[in-house]
Formats: sequence, C-alpha cells, structure tokens
Amino acid sequence: MYDSGKIILGIVIFIALFTFPTWYLFTNGEPKPMPDLVFPENEDQKECVYNSEYMRASHMDLLNEWRDKVVREGQRTFTTSKGKNFEMSLTKTCLGCHSNKAQFCDKCHDYLDVTPYCWDCHVDPSQLENQ
Amino acid sequence: MDITRRKLLKLAGLGALGLTAGKYAKIFAKESFNKISSMNIGSTKRWAMVVDVRKCLVKEDCRDCINACHTTHNVPDLGNLKDEVKWIWKEDFENVFIEQENHYLEENLKEKRVPIFCNHCDNPPCVRVCPTQATWKREEDGIVMMDWHRCIGCRYCVVACPYGSRSFNWRDPRPFVKETNSDFPTRSKGVVEKCTFCEKRLAEGLAPACVEACKEKALIFGNLNDPKSEVRELLKENFSIRRKPGLGTEPEIYYLV
Amino acid sequence: MLEHALKGSKKYWGWIFSLSIIIVIGVFFYLKQFAFGLGITGLSRDVSWGFYIAQLTFLVGVAASGVMVVLPYYLHDYKQFGKLTILGEFLAIAAVAMCILFVFVDVGQPVRLMNILLYPSPSSILFWDTVVLSGYMLINIVISHVVLDSERKSIPPPKWIKPVIIISIPWAISIHTVTAFLYAGLAARPFWMTAVLAPRFLASAFSSGPALLLVLVFIIKRITKFDPGKEAVQKLALIITYAMAANIFFILMEFFTAFYSSIPEHIHHFQYLFFGLEGHTTLVPWMWASAILGVTSLVLLFIPKIRKNEDYLFIICVAIFISIWIDKGLGMVVTGFIPTPLGDVVDYWPTIPEALISLSIWAIGFFLITVFYKIALSVRKEVMT
Repeated sequence: MYDSGKIILGIVIFIALFTFPTWYLFTNGEPKPMPDLVFPENEDQKECVYNSEYMRASHMDLLNEWRDKVVREGQRTFTTSKGKNFEMSLTKTCLGCHSNKAQFCDKCHDYLDVTPYCWDCHVDPSQLENQ
Repeated sequence: MDITRRKLLKLAGLGALGLTAGKYAKIFAKESFNKISSMNIGSTKRWAMVVDVRKCLVKEDCRDCINACHTTHNVPDLGNLKDEVKWIWKEDFENVFIEQENHYLEENLKEKRVPIFCNHCDNPPCVRVCPTQATWKREEDGIVMMDWHRCIGCRYCVVACPYGSRSFNWRDPRPFVKETNSDFPTRSKGVVEKCTFCEKRLAEGLAPACVEACKEKALIFGNLNDPKSEVRELLKENFSIRRKPGLGTEPEIYYLV
Repeated sequence: MLEHALKGSKKYWGWIFSLSIIIVIGVFFYLKQFAFGLGITGLSRDVSWGFYIAQLTFLVGVAASGVMVVLPYYLHDYKQFGKLTILGEFLAIAAVAMCILFVFVDVGQPVRLMNILLYPSPSSILFWDTVVLSGYMLINIVISHVVLDSERKSIPPPKWIKPVIIISIPWAISIHTVTAFLYAGLAARPFWMTAVLAPRFLASAFSSGPALLLVLVFIIKRITKFDPGKEAVQKLALIITYAMAANIFFILMEFFTAFYSSIPEHIHHFQYLFFGLEGHTTLVPWMWASAILGVTSLVLLFIPKIRKNEDYLFIICVAIFISIWIDKGLGMVVTGFIPTPLGDVVDYWPTIPEALISLSIWAIGFFLITVFYKIALSVRKEVMT
C-alpha cells in the first residue's frame, strides 16, 4: 500500500468520528432519560390494533400497509386477531385513542430525531384548536 | 495483492450496483404480486355525473357545490390565478365547450357559468402518462384516483389533461386552508390534486359533497351500469353533451343544456 | 486519467472558479425552491411546464448530436472524424447530466424520483425517457472511458466496444424521438400533436449539437495545439447546413398546415408566437430573432466561401445554437399551453430564481465539458510525446 501511514491514520479518524455518538454517551455523563409516554386513559381505548411490542418496532410498516390498502385498494376495514374491527386511518383511529400526539408520538420521535413527513398532510386534530 | 486505484473504484462501483440490483429484484417481485392480488372480481360500477345546466343558478353566482367540495377536502384558497388550486369551479359556457364554436349561441347560455371538474374519463390520458401510477383508473367503479404518497410532482398529468381539471401545489397549501376538516388530510406542496368523485364519502355510503350541497339538484350522480339509475333515465330523455368528445377520452360528465 | 483535470494553467483554474461561483449561487436558490416549492418559478396552473423542461428538451437534442460524428467514423470509416468522436461522446455525457439535473429541479417531490423506477409504467413516455436517457449516459461513459483509455495505452480498443458503439447510434436517435413522443401524443395540446415533431426535433438537434461542438472545437484550437483538421471541420459544417435546412423546412411545413387549414386551435399558437394573441406578445421579439438568426445562418452556410472561412463559421454556429435554443428552449414548450384548454391566453416568463438555477445547471454542464476535454486533450498530448 502506498502512503500506508496516512491511510491507516485516516481510517482510524474516520471510525472514531463515525462511532462518536456511541462512545461519547458512555464517557460523558448521563444519557438523556428515556421518553415517558402518556397512554390513553379510557377503558375502551385500552386495546390497540396490535400489541405494544409489535407496534413499537413496526408501526411504520403497518402504516405503509394501511396506506396502500386504503388508497390503492379501497379497503378501509382492519380486523385484529381478536376479531375487532378498526378503520384504517391515522387521524381517526390512531389519533382517535392517542389523541395527544405531543405526549405520545412526538416523544419518541423527538428523542430519536426522526421527522416522519406524514404530518405534512395528515391532520392532527389537537392542533386545530390553535387555528 | 497489488490493486490500482482505478480497479478499486471499479470494484466499489460494481459492488454498490450489485447490492441495489438485488434489492430491485425483490421490489419488482413484490410489486407484481401486489398488482395481481388487488384485482377486483365481481360486479363493476361506472360512476358518472349529469350536470343539469338548465337548473344551475345563473344569478347570485352560486358557489354551493364549490364551497362544499373545497371545505370537505381542505382545498386551499391561494387567492391568485398563478398558484390557485381548484377541484371544481365555474367557467363560461363558451370556454367549457370550446369546440362548439358558435357566434350565435342561444342567449341564455351565453351568460351561463357551468360547473366543471374532473371528467373521470373512461380513456384517461392523465393515467396513461403518469410515470409512477400515482393516478390510475379504478377497475371496480371507474373513478380516476390520486395517490398523494406516490406522486412525484412531475405535472405530466396536468399537461395531458385536455380539460384543465388538475391543479398542482406550487407551495405549501396548509396556511391557505381556511377551515381544516379533520376528516380528510390536506396535501403537501409538490403534488398534483383533483376531484376524486368523493371516493371516501362513497365508501361511507354518502353522495359526493357537491351533489349533496346543490340546492337546485342540478348535479345528479349515479351508476351508468345500472339501467334503472337516475343518470341513465336522464340521459335517455334529455339531450346531453360532453366536453371535447372528439378526443376519444370518453368523459363521464354529461351536461344537459 | 482523472488527474489531468487537476493540473492546469491559471486561465483553466480561473474558468473553473468562475463556473463554481455560478453553481454555488444556483444551489443557494435551489435550496430556496426546495423549501418554498415550485411557486418560486414563473410556472402557473395553466403553464405547468416551462423553462426547466424546455432546457431538458433542448439538451436531449445536444446529447443526441454526438451521433453525427460517431456514425460517419464508425459506420462508414470516415477517418477524418477520428479526433472528434471522443469530444462528441463527452459532450453527450455532459448534456445528459444536465438533462437529469433539470428533471430533478423541476419535479415537486424530488426525493420521490426513484418511484419512476420502483413502479415502472410502460404506458408512460416519461418512464421510457428515463430508461433511454440513463442507458445513453451509461453507454457513452463506457465508450469514452474504454476508447480514451486504449488511446492512452496506444493500443487498439477491445473488440467488444465496437457493437456498443454501433448500438449507440440508433440509441441516440431514440432518445430524441422518445423525448418528442413526450409531447407528440397528447390530444390535449394541439400545438404539439404533429407527426413532424420528432423529425423536427432530430433536425434541430443535428444542427444545434454539432454547431456547439464546432464552437467548442474552435475555442480549444485557440487555447491548445488541438487541430481536428480542415476537412473534419468542413464536413461537420456541411452536416450542420443540411440539418438546419431540414429543420427550417419542417417549420415551414408546420406553418402551412396550420394557416392553410385555418383551424383556430392550430393557428392560435403560431399567432401567439409570431404576432401576439389578445395583446400578449411576450415571445414575439424572441421568435423573430430566432427566425432571422436561423434563416440568415442557413443562407450564409450555403455560400462555400463563407462556410470555408473558420472565423465566419464560428459566428454562424453561435447564431444557429442561439436560434434553435430560442425555438426549442423557449418557444416550443411554453406555447403548447397558450392558449389553455379552456381558451385563455396567459403569460409565462421565468423568474430570477428559476433563471439562476437553470444557469447553474448549464454551468455544471460546462464544468463537466471542461474537465472531460481537459482529460481527453491531455491524454492525447501525453501519447504524442
């Protein structure tokens, strides 16, 4: 390898920069506390379309599936494994129970610095009072 | 092993290409399967609208249908001709039926403002030109649909529409939506929109918003495949014309003049 | 070979620097457009395609014009074009790169551009345009790399490159035909619904593209020792002459069918362009300038004494390029929308952000041409010494 000294040094610096978020956290005090989500209170809002573990990991895939089913196939009803029917709607169904988007959806999204663009179009009813 | 800089770059490029090719093959396979599984079997409807121009009010500049549609669907009011977005609006008779050049047109039609909107053509040129199938004609009922998630905003459909029915969001529409209806999403900037025959209301068993709002009952909506429907009866007994029929688009909005 | 682009005179770096400034300004305005939306341009609900798409259309023609040197050399063994083919291929790559950039700045949701490839739509000509343009770029990258590399090593190019080069010839014709099909099949726009649109596109491409190539060749001749030879230049001038004659002939054919039939739908667009319609005369001076430049250039080209004078030829080529740029890059696209399908006459003119973004894409194209030509000529110089 030509210039092996410079190249190896460059690779080491690159790896250090790339893994910065990980090692900085462990060497510099407390990591930010995990987000505390506020869940819906009412009894009839206790059951989601899937269990929490699945939703935490895959709600994005679920929403994509719902999007294609509603828009491209015209199917609007989703049946859970327990036989309960839901309308496949982000605003009406998801936000119908999780009405406080700021205390639920945004908490994790902000923590992970994720900005889903769904809200460019889909309405958050809690924001409408401010209109 | 000695490797030249050029060979390394070539290998890296081919490697990247190989990774994406594999992913591409998977996406292709999934998409074609989706297409097959979503084909509808069963009776098909053919939704159409009859616009009774004779009943549409000429004075007072009635905007009931326009207001109902634009409020229901969060259509923004941009206030200028350059950026405006409209799903339904009224134009002079002579502009709507521009192929009917007639210097001695019947007097009372000369002042008529006729409501126009997407014709949901049976042979839609907009569907033919869309490079992403963000707009397509539904098999089960003939509605020309819009998928605002897929639209890339190329505006080819706007160019291809012979009726000027489509609008593009030249800027973010949200500040210009007067009263947001939380029952329906808004759109983002950079996508094309148009009348969708209220397919969401139809799925809930309701009539299109404009049809419901018209006090004169000048808009009649129905299924052309049902010989007993009101639209079929009206078309049987009244003279009707369509916009630019010679272009072969087969528009499904019939105007009774 | 890329390292040749990193070594140059003060003038070379000055030119690169100036282009970079223009590019940075364009990027700044594009970020504004990305944040605000395409409303920052002069486009409107009625005129939904304008300056950006017009540049794209014109540049596909420039890209296709490489075939005018490739075809005689490779298919008919016209050795005199030997020094020019690589320049034509590099010009094609730069032109297609500009086309892709103009598409990128024109769509409302550029991050979704991959949808064209993820959801192929064979009924859409835009899909096919994407396919053939990408393919053409790839072909030219492969050809120019392999051929130049072989020249650098002073060995004949590998045998497998010959069929690739032969394929590039009909492929070049196809890219501009498909681009014409974007327009020529739309019942909604009678101005474009003409069978002669694709032939017109090709004729104007084969005159404006080689004209640009000749201009670039003359400039290189001034600043380096590169000389393609008098015969090559004259043959190219002859090709430009005949292509321009065909182009003007096609335009006159359009005038005849429109005005003799006196169908309002057909006449109105030409009236708007050359005489103004309902008081809207935005494009009238431009179209007459284009017409005068074009016809004068053609007449001068017919005179052998003038055609053989390389100083006059330079000016004529610039005039032809400008004339066709106005016709294709300003007149053709916008006029398809005026009058609108409802009969209204509206105006369109690019805004300053729109113009600066377009200028920066042209600057990127010239940046690429400069770098590519520098590499090609440096490789040749090295081989000669």
